[in-house]
Amino acid sequence: MSRRRRDVRRPAGPPRRRTGRRHPSGRVPRPAGRRAEPQARRPENLEGTVVFRVPFPESLDALKGMTPIVVKQPYRIDYVHSFGQDSPFFAGLANGRLLGTRCRRCDYTYATPRLACMFCGGETDWVELPKVGRVHTFTTCYFGSEEFLPECPFSLILVEFEGVNTLFLARLIGVDPDRIRIGMEVRARFVRNAKFKPTDVYFVPGRVPS
Amino acid sequence: MALKGMRPVYVISGGVSKFTKARSDRTFQPIVKEAFDQALEDVGLDFGRANELIDGTVGSYFSDHFMRQLKAATMVQDYLGLCPKPSHRVEGGGATGGLGFQEGWKSVASGLMDVCLVFGWETMSHVETWKGNEFIALASDVSFDYPVGGFYSGYYAMMVVRHMHEFGTTVEQLAHVSVKNHTNALHNPYAQKRLRLTIRDVRAAPMVAYPLTRHDICVMSDGAACVLLASEEGLVAIERATGRTLPRVSVTGVGRGTDAMRMADRPHGDVILLPHEKASDYKGLKYPGVHSFRAGRMACKQAYQMAGITSPSRELSFVELHDAYTSSEIQTYEDMGLCRYGEGGPFAASGKTFMPGIDYGLKLKGQGTIPVNPSGGLIACGHPVGATGLMQAVFALWQLQGTIPERFGDPALQVKGARRGAIHSHAGTGTYVTVSILERQD
Repeated sequence: MSRRRRDVRRPAGPPRRRTGRRHPSGRVPRPAGRRAEPQARRPENLEGTVVFRVPFPESLDALKGMTPIVVKQPYRIDYVHSFGQDSPFFAGLANGRLLGTRCRRCDYTYATPRLACMFCGGETDWVELPKVGRVHTFTTCYFGSEEFLPECPFSLILVEFEGVNTLFLARLIGVDPDRIRIGMEVRARFVRNAKFKPTDVYFVPGRVPS
Repeated sequence: MALKGMRPVYVISGGVSKFTKARSDRTFQPIVKEAFDQALEDVGLDFGRANELIDGTVGSYFSDHFMRQLKAATMVQDYLGLCPKPSHRVEGGGATGGLGFQEGWKSVASGLMDVCLVFGWETMSHVETWKGNEFIALASDVSFDYPVGGFYSGYYAMMVVRHMHEFGTTVEQLAHVSVKNHTNALHNPYAQKRLRLTIRDVRAAPMVAYPLTRHDICVMSDGAACVLLASEEGLVAIERATGRTLPRVSVTGVGRGTDAMRMADRPHGDVILLPHEKASDYKGLKYPGVHSFRAGRMACKQAYQMAGITSPSRELSFVELHDAYTSSEIQTYEDMGLCRYGEGGPFAASGKTFMPGIDYGLKLKGQGTIPVNPSGGLIACGHPVGATGLMQAVFALWQLQGTIPERFGDPALQVKGARRGAIHSHAGTGTYVTVSILERQD
């Protein structure tokens, strides 16, 4: 029908170039009433479709009584995480070395590294920690964060080291949960293939480092 | 002792949604509106008048992760119909609600606002329980603690193991806290978990992280709470608008504290003393170590000083504290100076923190000298993180108004003659702690 209308309005001849005010995008606005192109559709496929028929009441008044619709929404992220000034710690683990930091001003020594002293604000320097320590406290986790559930049960300890002021959180492996005692001696072991996690080091009972 | 230049702030009304494991019937905004509507209805304000009187708001929620919705507090402001009023979102782990309450207090005390609404919520049911634990664990050092398999129940378990080593605290003493709070909750219709438990039930429950069992640990929840705060002028304006005379409950002390994120970094030094303590009380004690919360002690020291409290166990009518773990309640008795450091265990079993007149199924020496968590606390009410600090404020308000019997439909949890209460909100392993003192003035 529109085609006929066009023929009636325009005289015969080559198609006229439309001139006049142009839309900022460069596209020429269509006159009102023009139908959309047949290809103007969102993709029609089964991707993301999980339910084909959804109950819907006759009357809009019944809508507020509708059972809530609950859907699954997956989400995942890859971070680009820099260990920054703490990087040497992780490099140390990969090389079988356990490093802490010591304040050059007040000598306070950190088993878990930090590059600024919490007491005097001074800069700290990297130092080697002993590989043998004692259990300061412990627990055995029978449940955990979702990521760690497959590893349960596992034992956590805070390790204290001679001549070091603060503690270090680590896994204790090779001891029955009932036999862990505060004060027991533990020694560090390192994984062969580093994963750049603090669990590249872990502790086992006994004194002689392996 | 008022702070220089700060005006008195009154707690006018509050509302709490029913805390529950999952509220799939509503998104977060209408859940907060339920608490808001209750706070208004309670004081007799319709929305139109409230909208004229409210100068601004504080929104409190903990984790964007739970809803995958950033900047959600602005959506609540919008849904409540309070745009374009000023607002401010507060986040501080488990102390989010307590921090929000204090930010609301600051807004009014400073003269910036006459009436401030503080709202808080958390909807934690959008993820499965162990993923929820994982999100909460991300509030610990993600480079050094979280990857070791840290999760909060594990951290608290390590703290109580050391507490047991230092002071001889027992698992049965922890269980007393669980029995107390669960039994109290039987009389609180707002509580999520209402269970009659014995010491044996608590110890026989599945072990989560030694020595804490399921019944030593609070549960995740969907819930919201609101508090309306006002200056003297604001209170008078509300009374005029509603034609009512309101009880005068004011905030007479606020305090906050912090501590190192990693428990490994906590110093081993000297106790921060409260006025009724002496250094010789704690000879040889390395503090806070991993057994005590320096942040809690700091927050109390400030709040008590401001409120003029020198002997908290005698000068407080009740305490609503952050008992995400039974062990944390025991540690907090000590931080708050209700008993000495080291005596928390025996104090928990003594009966002093239980409600008078309730049968707990336990042989208790003295009952109810300083009720702690008469509401049932987080352990039984649930812990929708951004709401709990405000829930405590609402329950404390109702205690001081003497209206618990009508609101709970049960008089058992009303602390008789309540004049002054403390609310305590706590984050991480004591990385943020807030303490506020509420007092009846009339």
